[in-house]
Amino acid sequence: MYPKSLPYLLLLPATLFLVLFFLYPFTLVAWQAFTTDTGDFTGEFFQEMATHWKFNTAMLNTFLLVLAVVPFQMVLALYMATLVNGMTRGRDFILYIWTIPLGISDLAAGLIWLAIFEQSGFLNSMLHGLGVIEQPVGFLGYQNKGTIFLAIVLAETWRATAIVLVILVSGMGLIPKEYAEAAEVFGASRWQRFIRVTLPMLKPSLQTAMILRVILAFEVFAVVVALGGTNLPVLMSEVFTWQYELRDANVAAAYALVILAISIACTLVIMWALRVPKGARV
Amino acid sequence: MSQSTQTAKLMVDGPVHGRGPWHRYVFTGIVVLLCLWVLVPIYLLVVNTLSSPADVNAFPKRLVPDVNTESVRFFLNFAGVGQALWSSVKVATLTMILSILAGAPAGYALSRFDFRGKGSFRVLVLMTRAFPLPLLALPLAVMYIRVGLDDSILGLALVHTTLALPFAVLITYSLFSGIPIELEEAAWTLGCNRLEAFQKVILPLVLPGITASAIFAFVISWNEVFAAAVLTIENRTLPAFLLQGLSVAPLHLKFAGGAVLVLPALIFIFLVRKYLFSMWGIANR
Amino acid sequence: MKSRNILMSLAMATGLSTVATGAANAEVLFWSTQANPPEEAQAMRETVLSGFAAGADFQPSEGGPWLTRIQAELQAGEGKIGVLGSLHGDLIELSDGLTDLSDIDTAGVNSTFLELGKLGTDQQKYFPWMQATYIMAANRKALEFLPEGADVNALSYDQLIAWAKTLAEETGSPKFGFPAGPKGLKHRFFQGYLYPSYTNSMVTKFRSAEAETAWNKFKELWSYTNPGSTSYSFMQEQLLTDEVWVVFDHTSRLADAFNQRPDDFIGFPAPAGPTGRGFMPVVVGIGVPTSAPDVDAAKSLVTYLSQPEVQVETLRATNFFPVVEVALPDDMPDSVKIAGAAIAAMTGSADANPGLLPVGLGDLGGKFNAVYVDSFERIVLAGQDVRTVLDDQADALRKIMDEAGAPCWAPDAASDGACPVD
Repeated sequence: MYPKSLPYLLLLPATLFLVLFFLYPFTLVAWQAFTTDTGDFTGEFFQEMATHWKFNTAMLNTFLLVLAVVPFQMVLALYMATLVNGMTRGRDFILYIWTIPLGISDLAAGLIWLAIFEQSGFLNSMLHGLGVIEQPVGFLGYQNKGTIFLAIVLAETWRATAIVLVILVSGMGLIPKEYAEAAEVFGASRWQRFIRVTLPMLKPSLQTAMILRVILAFEVFAVVVALGGTNLPVLMSEVFTWQYELRDANVAAAYALVILAISIACTLVIMWALRVPKGARV
Repeated sequence: MSQSTQTAKLMVDGPVHGRGPWHRYVFTGIVVLLCLWVLVPIYLLVVNTLSSPADVNAFPKRLVPDVNTESVRFFLNFAGVGQALWSSVKVATLTMILSILAGAPAGYALSRFDFRGKGSFRVLVLMTRAFPLPLLALPLAVMYIRVGLDDSILGLALVHTTLALPFAVLITYSLFSGIPIELEEAAWTLGCNRLEAFQKVILPLVLPGITASAIFAFVISWNEVFAAAVLTIENRTLPAFLLQGLSVAPLHLKFAGGAVLVLPALIFIFLVRKYLFSMWGIANR
Repeated sequence: MKSRNILMSLAMATGLSTVATGAANAEVLFWSTQANPPEEAQAMRETVLSGFAAGADFQPSEGGPWLTRIQAELQAGEGKIGVLGSLHGDLIELSDGLTDLSDIDTAGVNSTFLELGKLGTDQQKYFPWMQATYIMAANRKALEFLPEGADVNALSYDQLIAWAKTLAEETGSPKFGFPAGPKGLKHRFFQGYLYPSYTNSMVTKFRSAEAETAWNKFKELWSYTNPGSTSYSFMQEQLLTDEVWVVFDHTSRLADAFNQRPDDFIGFPAPAGPTGRGFMPVVVGIGVPTSAPDVDAAKSLVTYLSQPEVQVETLRATNFFPVVEVALPDDMPDSVKIAGAAIAAMTGSADANPGLLPVGLGDLGGKFNAVYVDSFERIVLAGQDVRTVLDDQADALRKIMDEAGAPCWAPDAASDGACPVD
């Protein structure tokens, strides 16, 4: 039906890119995690990483953030996507507004949300103006890890839900209307149709969106540092600390490999959980 | 368009919207609330940007700025901003084109063929995003200096393309997967070869989605700081040029700088929103 | 389809200009982690470097990209960077990649800093560029709460704690601020201020009983410190927002407050402890990497930057003080006047106990700092037992000193071989 080489030809440009600009430097960096400066193979850098007193905290914080942010924004984006699909007027406009954060970098997002939550920030100003508080509250103080965490979750959700929304909206657009109509004929309620028709048909998009978000969430960094300072170490901030402050490229590489391993493992789980059975493809 | 929005309304069912007037109000209310959720933080950035340095530091803060453009003017007059802006546009545009040229064929192959190495390729693509880029900057910079790609628009665009490629591949993969293979097969039986079928049947359907992923590539490149700061010197992009000093700048300049960075991305998304939002139109086939 | 054409023509335009930018640039590239804020960078270009005949391209950068770039150039053996400007601690680690600058005229240059610039070798690895130190600053509103009999220009740590306590109790919220944020310079406080003031040592008596007292005192001070401090990096911001009234920070990180509201804020010396008034100068150096495209041009830029007039202009641009003998004109910014007076009072005080920046640590400088920062985070933030933490961290410190083989520096007495940790 088609030459055996066709898929490989199609993959060639992308593969070349990844090999040259990712795999080559990656191999050099990954090598550092396992070898000393003299070239001997060693596990000491992983050991140094794992026994450092911040390692467990960073790992825990990262997982908690991923678990809090990603499911929350998946549901939110799904909800927003169905709202958009239920609109008859103004859909372009609403979608434009909801996708604005797509263009905002994590650094800028950190800046914006810091202006809201800091002690002399907008949230305190508003609460003060409403007479709720007399003295500004230190939301981001070191004893308030809970509020710091909440602020980071809000900021990350605000910043990164738009990409999920775009993927889901486009995915919903691809579901043939006949399916929903057929379900309606058989008397399925709206909720049933959503659960039985829309969601299963949306699996490829859900899978894509979730994988992207989980991978990026494990690398969460700029917003955490902006809002949490040193209070909430995460894996990525430890990579930076080891590389640029402690100047230990070996341990930094070990950390980076840990992030990579976790991300890939999670990706495989998501791929499996949201797999589209063969033959059931749309 | 109006035809397509009508059908779109029926196509997908959400658990939320009923039909009565009461439902209508709740629906509108929720939509407005979600718009505010997105817009208010940006509005607050604008307030800080347009306030005088004294107001930025004041407490309690005003929610309506006493307009003062001192901070904004500082950035507009900052030597080299124009050139950095132009470099950013060039790098982002090249990234956009390269990532689609390399990513879309890969996305198509993943969605349509079963072949050996498919799994490894997918993992390779995802690895690219799962590994912290700043660590890769050092070996990349050494390689660039040796081969003469250092400090060039093209060199940086190549790195940014690598960053954007996973998105391009994944998004186009899910787009192509959403199009029934029967559609292509029908075209083949009508005498089209594979390429023609792709051009005539598939491409028109996925073009808006591809444009969307191109926009995304543009934005990724636009916002990338670290590689830009290491790999370019005379051709610095706007974030590398401005953001470098922002974290240590006085507050009022921090916010103005933040706004300068956010604004172009907003304008860009606005200009191409037609493509971004016409994606659901593809179902109207 | 129209948009596609636009894209194509853009692509072609970018492709063409990529080719065109290959032309060589004769300007000396000045790659710096200092004068990084946009306003300072602007002033560096427009006033400080405009007088350099051959032309200089000033490119400030954050620490991460700065280091990555120069490492890449040194590894590749060629590059664009002519002159490196950064803190003593950053330049230490690049020691092997720095050209000897011994042939540059050192007349009038501070000899202590020149010695530091040798990085323990017999070559002039870097040239001092500018200096700063850490002082205290306060809002005038806070002065009425000073403990009875306390002189703000000769405070003790106990008086500072009492002051912070009164402020917190009388105003209803903690008014002392400390730069413990991610970019805050807290490690230098512990190394150069707290330890010398209580132990007359920075390394040797790290886990001594006196050190235990010092940390307990700091814990007490911390209980009257604004908890937001863990995200403060530039205390001028919190002074200006009135979030805190009394702070400790780097002079250049207080400058904005002094300049914006000179009548509201005062600067004064750091407090004294049982073993004197510990303080530490910060040196920023300029070096020439071995990969520089034109070493002679780079050296002439170093010479240029060391001229007295240029040093004064640099002070105006960056709030960092000169490292050469120079008479300051009267029309300096308020920040210079206020901070300058506080520094003079601190260094000239009878109980002054200056510490030096770490030397001879090579690329372990970051881990050396981490010993102090980790101690702070564990003792003060996480509330762990002082003794246990100090014993723990002392092991880490000893390992670093042994590995680096670095002899002691002031205020520790000189040692043969690696500086011991008791």
